[in-house]
Amino acid sequence: MPKTLYDKIWDAHVVHEDSDGTCLLYIDRHLVHEVTSPQAFEGLRMTGRKVRAPEKTIAVPDHNVPTTPDRENGIENEESRIQVDALDRNAREFGVNYYPVNDIRQGIVHIVGPEQGWTLPGMTVVCGDSHTATHGAFGALAHGIGTSEVEHVLATQTLIQQKSKNMKVEVTGSLLPGVTAKDITLSVIGATGTAGGTGYVIEYCGQAIEELSMEGRMTVCNMAIEGGARAGLIAPDQKTFDYVKGRPHAPKAAQWDAALAWWKTLKSDPDAHWDKVITLKGEDIAPVVTWGTSPEDVLPITAEVPDPASFSGGKVEAARRALEYMGLKPGQKLTDIEIDTVFIGSCTNGRIEDLRAAAAILKGQKIKSGLRAMVVPGSGLVRAQAEEEGLAQIFIDAGFEWRLAGCSMCLAMNPDQLSPGERCAATSNRNFEGRQGRGGRTHLMSPAMAAAAAITGRLTDIREMMAQTA
Amino acid sequence: MEKFTTLTGVAAPMPLVNIDTDMIIPKQFLKTIQRSGLGRNLFDEMRFDDDGNEIPDFVLNQPAYRNANILVAGDNFGCGSSREHAPWALADFGIRVVISTSFADIFYNNCFKNGMLPIVLPREQVDLLMEDASKGANARISVDLESQTVTSSDGQEFRFQIDPFKKHCLLNGLDDIGLTLEKVSSIDTFEAQAAQARPWV
Repeated sequence: MPKTLYDKIWDAHVVHEDSDGTCLLYIDRHLVHEVTSPQAFEGLRMTGRKVRAPEKTIAVPDHNVPTTPDRENGIENEESRIQVDALDRNAREFGVNYYPVNDIRQGIVHIVGPEQGWTLPGMTVVCGDSHTATHGAFGALAHGIGTSEVEHVLATQTLIQQKSKNMKVEVTGSLLPGVTAKDITLSVIGATGTAGGTGYVIEYCGQAIEELSMEGRMTVCNMAIEGGARAGLIAPDQKTFDYVKGRPHAPKAAQWDAALAWWKTLKSDPDAHWDKVITLKGEDIAPVVTWGTSPEDVLPITAEVPDPASFSGGKVEAARRALEYMGLKPGQKLTDIEIDTVFIGSCTNGRIEDLRAAAAILKGQKIKSGLRAMVVPGSGLVRAQAEEEGLAQIFIDAGFEWRLAGCSMCLAMNPDQLSPGERCAATSNRNFEGRQGRGGRTHLMSPAMAAAAAITGRLTDIREMMAQTA
Repeated sequence: MEKFTTLTGVAAPMPLVNIDTDMIIPKQFLKTIQRSGLGRNLFDEMRFDDDGNEIPDFVLNQPAYRNANILVAGDNFGCGSSREHAPWALADFGIRVVISTSFADIFYNNCFKNGMLPIVLPREQVDLLMEDASKGANARISVDLESQTVTSSDGQEFRFQIDPFKKHCLLNGLDDIGLTLEKVSSIDTFEAQAAQARPWV
């Protein structure tokens, strides 16, 4: 029977199947951070259980850590410090792989995994974090789990799962200049809605996806969860293999050859069955921004703020509430929206290519006077590379703060937060009410669009800026 | 885990769609290393103003719903972050059933690990129960997991679907890890075979 990529990875990991279809699925990599794991480790302690496969478990603090240079002196916020200290203690006591806060390899868990070669094609990867979908860019089945499931994986290296349905999202043709992976993933959510993927695993395919770099593919898969899907996948190809090769935990020598032979089989069969298919034309995708408080509230930058009455059902009230929260009026041009803050970073857009794209816009420019702008690299190694390439200096010269690695203002668990009413152009993944700080107003966009907004002080069509400099 | 069999109680209506886990429990309350005590901060930013005073309009602050133990909610409840703090906060407040047309995947699964029952019903039925819940504390809704039914205050009965394994675990308060460890020899066998087939993992 022809199979999808998801079917193939699933089948290779079923430990046991019950008569009702409930499966025990083997987990190849378990990523752990400080916020969703303390109760799970405590559960192990209370029941006298061990971590079954510490060599397949990787821990790194990211959500709470400050991103200012003084963090080497310790974390000031007591609750954050307790959580980071708990991870430190748990990682050492249970003997899992661990990158402490002051290790140069520390960073956002979804950036560290691929960077260190922990994430490989055909694997099952889980983490107590919804953006685990990121790792799907390698053709790995990767998804977020709750803390009870974190404990379950720690104790058994398996998860109890029902299989999801298969959904294909094809993006044909090529993207136009100024359009990026972020615009693809936001446009897909705009088309399907935040619940459009519920019950499915998405495979992204098509020429526009194939043309993306690994960084871009990670951006696309990262936001699969914002569309409600359990996971997002992209079939591995030569770009994937080139990215993986030589990384610290990638296979070497004869094992590399064996792995490569299997990885090359990891693609959906031509006549595989899809439960749902969505097709977008690459050339129809514009640079987009969000206007509301759900990632589905997305429009091309050339559009206007919509009228809540133009929606139907419960979305009418949700849109009315969103506009009130966001301080926007129907009919307002998106490019007239002035911002206070720019945040470049997160597991969605905190990789080297994202920083290059933003720096390309900012080179020789200054941010608008009075604006607050920060770049938070996704890992210590991304930060070091950006410094070596001269990107850090471009950001600093433009007026950005150049920070240490962490989740930072994407979810504002550390001191990097918006104040009530403060409006932010953000490269992160969620524009929920209060996400970046109580009362904070978030507009999601690509790194290049965020850089352009930093210069003008308002939401800006990157294509206009490209035309001026061309 | 606490068993779930039947529940009769006050249902609070929250018709807003896409209620996300950041709304259910904002991130500043995730800095705990315990599971308990989150109920006081459930829906914190909708429930309290900047000074910590109750916002009277918010449904769970209204006298009729202060002791609600069922939520009837808009589409796609629990979307966003994987934080299990969301069901922990609901359960700690006293809410053990959420009824909606749809739930986000991770939130839905997390509920079952905490003795909570998320119920999916068709839109017309959710609309009817939303209307019923809007009548206040005298309109009590009943849920029976064994028979897979929800009964409105005026006796209308709606049947819901649930995965048999999840139902079995919830009815008996079974611990997943204990169940899985009964299959440890299967895990051992799988692991040994996988180590041969994919030694690089």
